[in-house]
Amino acid sequence: MTAVPRAHDHPDAALRAEALESLLLERGLIDLNVVEGLIGRYENDVGPMNGARVIAKAWTDADYRERLLEDGTAAIGELGYSGPQGEHIEVLENSDKVHNVVVCTLCSCYPWPVLGLPPSWYKDPAYRARIVREPRQVLAEMGLALDDDVEIRVWDSSSEVRYLVLPERPDGTSDMSEEDLAALVTRDAMVGVARVAAP
Amino acid sequence: MSDLPVDLPIAGPTAPPRSNGEMVFDAPWESRLFGVTMALVEADRFSWTEFQRRLIAAVGRWEADHPDGEGYRYYERWAEALESLLDDLGIVDIETTDARAHALAARPAGHDHSEHGGHGSSPTAHDVP
Repeated sequence: MTAVPRAHDHPDAALRAEALESLLLERGLIDLNVVEGLIGRYENDVGPMNGARVIAKAWTDADYRERLLEDGTAAIGELGYSGPQGEHIEVLENSDKVHNVVVCTLCSCYPWPVLGLPPSWYKDPAYRARIVREPRQVLAEMGLALDDDVEIRVWDSSSEVRYLVLPERPDGTSDMSEEDLAALVTRDAMVGVARVAAP
Repeated sequence: MSDLPVDLPIAGPTAPPRSNGEMVFDAPWESRLFGVTMALVEADRFSWTEFQRRLIAAVGRWEADHPDGEGYRYYERWAEALESLLDDLGIVDIETTDARAHALAARPAGHDHSEHGGHGSSPTAHDVP
């Protein structure tokens, strides 16, 4: 594959993106309504609240938890969440002995149907390189200090497999409803760079 | 888009990626580029896997040239990946994109994309039925 030639006075990426869009529109290769529908979908409709519902259900329904760990994609689909980048989702269960954390070392693979599009830090070269080399240090820098006896497992996403972390349910939440529990679950906890805090 | 969950708010203060404290896109052109790419995937112009291969290559090239990782812009790599894929597929060649981008850059002040952002900011796009 050939690299894209780069002229010295190369217009910036925003202009190039606009140029591409206008050319594709003129040629009838894309539909403006479809483009805007897709943008709106990922800005507003698909995001970590989907994953939070999955996690809260797993915390309150032992059968569902089992199905989720067995076949993440199918169990997530039971709640109506599916689509691009969700074809094969594996769910990783955290415990007091094992902490899972997710990265995509090559680009930005991420389970869109349950987490939406990835945050900037997930796509950043520093996170992608360092979480593999020194996960305990990076997690500590991100505010998650883990005891030395907790094993850290780093999972590298790929085009074949995306991961969702099932965090530990915080103490003091036994009386909470599924809906209230879902409100506690954060995106970062589902990527494995944070714990779910008690309310 | 039949798999869109129907019980979620379409917009508003509770719209989740934002309620999570972070905008999904850093600039309007990034969201446009994302939407255009996914629309092309939906229209079967290429598969996500084909695009992703280009994205991985573009990210890898940049990182090889910038070992310290300073100044990384994810969607610039995305744009490079899309341009190279569309060029190789014979859908839009690089020279045509170059020429159009230069033409857009030469627009009189006040018509610059960055002043308005968002969709429909391209006068060219408005002219298309």
